[in-house]
Amino acid sequence: MSATASSEVVVHAAPAARGHRVAELISRYRPVVIAVVILVIFGITSIKNASFASSSNIQGILSIGAIYLLLAVGEAMVIITRNVDLSVGSTLGLSAFTVGEMFNHNPHTQIWLVFLVGIGIGIGCGLIIGLITTLARVPSLVVTLAALYIIRGFVNIIGTGVQIEPTVIPHSFVSLGYSTVLGIPWLFIIVLVVALAAAYWMRAFPAGRELYAIGSNPPAAVLAGIPVARRVITVFVLSGALAGLGGVLFLAQVATVNSSAGSGYELIEVTAVVVGGVAIFGGSGSVIGAVLGAILLQVINQALVAAQISAFWDSAVAGALLLLAISFDRLVSFRASRALVAKEGVTYVE
Amino acid sequence: MKSDRSQEEAAGDGVPGASNSARPLLAATHVSKSFGAVKAVIDATLELYAGEAHALVGENGAGKSTLVKMLAGVHQPDSGTLLIDGDPVALNNPAAARDAGIAVIYQEPTLFPDLDVAENVFMGRLPRRPGGRIDRGLMDKEVHLVLGRLGVRLDPGRATRGLSIADQQIVEIAKALTLEAKVIVMDEPTAALSSAEVARLFRVIEALREGGAAVLFISHRLDEVFATCQRVTVMRDGRSVLASAASELTSEQLVRAMVGRDLEKRDKSTAKVGEVVLSVERLTREGKFVDISFEVRAGEIVGLAGLVGAGRSEIAEAVFGIDRYDAGSVKIAGESLKKGSPTAAMAAGIGLVPEDRRQHGLVMDESTERNIVMASLGRVQRHGLIVSKLSREFALDWARRLQIKYGRIADPVATLSGGNQQKVVLAKWLSRKPALLIVDEPTRGIDVGTKAEVHRLIENLAADGVAVLMISSELPEMLLLADRIIVIREGRLVHEIARADASEEAIIAAAAGVFSGAAA
Repeated sequence: MSATASSEVVVHAAPAARGHRVAELISRYRPVVIAVVILVIFGITSIKNASFASSSNIQGILSIGAIYLLLAVGEAMVIITRNVDLSVGSTLGLSAFTVGEMFNHNPHTQIWLVFLVGIGIGIGCGLIIGLITTLARVPSLVVTLAALYIIRGFVNIIGTGVQIEPTVIPHSFVSLGYSTVLGIPWLFIIVLVVALAAAYWMRAFPAGRELYAIGSNPPAAVLAGIPVARRVITVFVLSGALAGLGGVLFLAQVATVNSSAGSGYELIEVTAVVVGGVAIFGGSGSVIGAVLGAILLQVINQALVAAQISAFWDSAVAGALLLLAISFDRLVSFRASRALVAKEGVTYVE
Repeated sequence: MKSDRSQEEAAGDGVPGASNSARPLLAATHVSKSFGAVKAVIDATLELYAGEAHALVGENGAGKSTLVKMLAGVHQPDSGTLLIDGDPVALNNPAAARDAGIAVIYQEPTLFPDLDVAENVFMGRLPRRPGGRIDRGLMDKEVHLVLGRLGVRLDPGRATRGLSIADQQIVEIAKALTLEAKVIVMDEPTAALSSAEVARLFRVIEALREGGAAVLFISHRLDEVFATCQRVTVMRDGRSVLASAASELTSEQLVRAMVGRDLEKRDKSTAKVGEVVLSVERLTREGKFVDISFEVRAGEIVGLAGLVGAGRSEIAEAVFGIDRYDAGSVKIAGESLKKGSPTAAMAAGIGLVPEDRRQHGLVMDESTERNIVMASLGRVQRHGLIVSKLSREFALDWARRLQIKYGRIADPVATLSGGNQQKVVLAKWLSRKPALLIVDEPTRGIDVGTKAEVHRLIENLAADGVAVLMISSELPEMLLLADRIIVIREGRLVHEIARADASEEAIIAAAAGVFSGAAA
């Protein structure tokens, strides 16, 4: 080898690797951190208002928030593939309104049929969005923003002059919205099943892991032979299906619906997902984290009410949390890349 | 112009030097590839045998990368054939090359940073257990096995984000091995590695060879070629000009085969060299360049030579203030220049014609006029407002002086040819009457005619007393223009060559580290 005169290269690896590992640990246990924050908020709020930690109040939070949690599962899967779904609120509205209309026409409609139609509407919306995103190579931000307006417009058109009164909704259907099993709301059980199934699929099955690969490095995913288009269409279909299911549950919960049902949900879902530790540019995070993020937003919302703080603060707090979460993620990845540079940077010793 | 020159050393053209009793594992025979008018590879032949490490060497632009991309299935040859075990194959896409047992490891691997090592190795073909779940145990076992064969320790469960380039390459090699690749192509794998990491890579190559694979090793560092490879193929101007056993070659022979052409050095009237304009002292930026000292005088053209990635552009950018530096100083006419401030550099009379004119030199959608006046806005305004008449006159004047060919001066500069775009960048800086002009690859991608005009411009500039610091990978250009040539290798100033002693061989030898005695 060439005797590079009087110089020798030393690689500093150890400290960089350690710094990196700390950052990695913090982001890996993000769900735990959020769970702790939720408990802390409960503790503080209970001091001011003892009834906040009562089981009936917790039931209420889980039940009211359930639909947000459900949609967060789909949104998390979409964002993990480096896409975004802004259409979920409108899809929920379309599903809820259509299902309400079914009861309007026939109050004795079978409940399984109602679920089938609601989820079917969501699947249809998701399929169209997924096809346009992958085949026409239009960024999903644009496709789903357009879908948000188009679907909402559609709901407004069919909803003009239509009233869906609580009286036409069968009691057996509405009871789904508030009844509990062993003290746990039905709605929350549905969310739990969906979230655990999604989390298991994304962890243990090749197709699930491939979603992370797609979000982590899209061109490399193509080179690795992953059917990227099929996977992306799948997540939009799943997200749409959950939004459709959410619409049915929305109707069960409030027993009435107007054409603005679900408006604004999409931004709450994106916030919940990012607060829950899913990277906004995909590749990392988990469905469970996203659900915890959604719970956190709900708990803050309710805690402000319980502490008799103006509800106007709710949006401000959610925004601040979002900023905090993203800043933290940037900091972690900045530290990771710094560690990388430090590791590769060579020091010349004379 | 280069391609149809007769080649004295082309006697060995297409004929493998080593004994070829066995059939090559992979062969590219008489392949050619053109991109438009550019002939990237012309009638090149390369043969790889099982169990050998084979070096592919050549100057920048000799056609190595294009040849590799044909093996990788990225490009398809216009003529000639690729043979695997003697049978012709068509590699229409990267997947076809992969299925044919060819793996390419690029200088900077593209991994999934959020996934762990084992997942990266198996992504796209994750092994399943009955029932469809991922067989994580099998993945870890196989990765352990492969890494063991390579003699590398790496945790299969570690995320690849934060892995060094060297470890990322190992992940790619492990991927190639689990795919049972027979041919492993490494495109300048050592460019970003430290010496300890290079040593480990060499052991890995050894292990691959012993396993019966053929390794194609592309490197600019000739000492590495002799240290690892049994055979060498040299490319020059798109052709394969030499194939020989490494043991039968000296580094001087290798360098001569790479350069291959005789270029008459044009006599240059020795311009009056004036006062020191730029004085760089012990400039250091950690990990990029170390202890660089040199001077450029008025009327002098100093060339910064070296391989791509040696740190030349980084030095220029540190002088101009685009990049920071950690130690040392930059002085203009004896005055210290503020660190990290292009504004201060411009005020001190430095101009920079960057390497990538489309990204950094021009605003492509803006007009030729706007681009010319961009660095001289103070001269075309009254009371803080740009006066269009002044601006127009200013631009027309400089366009005329540099003989820029344009349709209308208000048309986007993107409509101009590459050479005329480069003249616009030059006009932008010349109109500021700089004391020092830094030009980075001034004629890259420019047609031959305009190239000569740009050369004449630079010479005239120096004759007018401007100090010029020129970076160029084109050695003929370097020899033509530079009064002095400073050679940078791996971030260090290794050699300074006076115009009288300059030759392509001398520059390449210093840049590639053949004569280690040349190290300063």
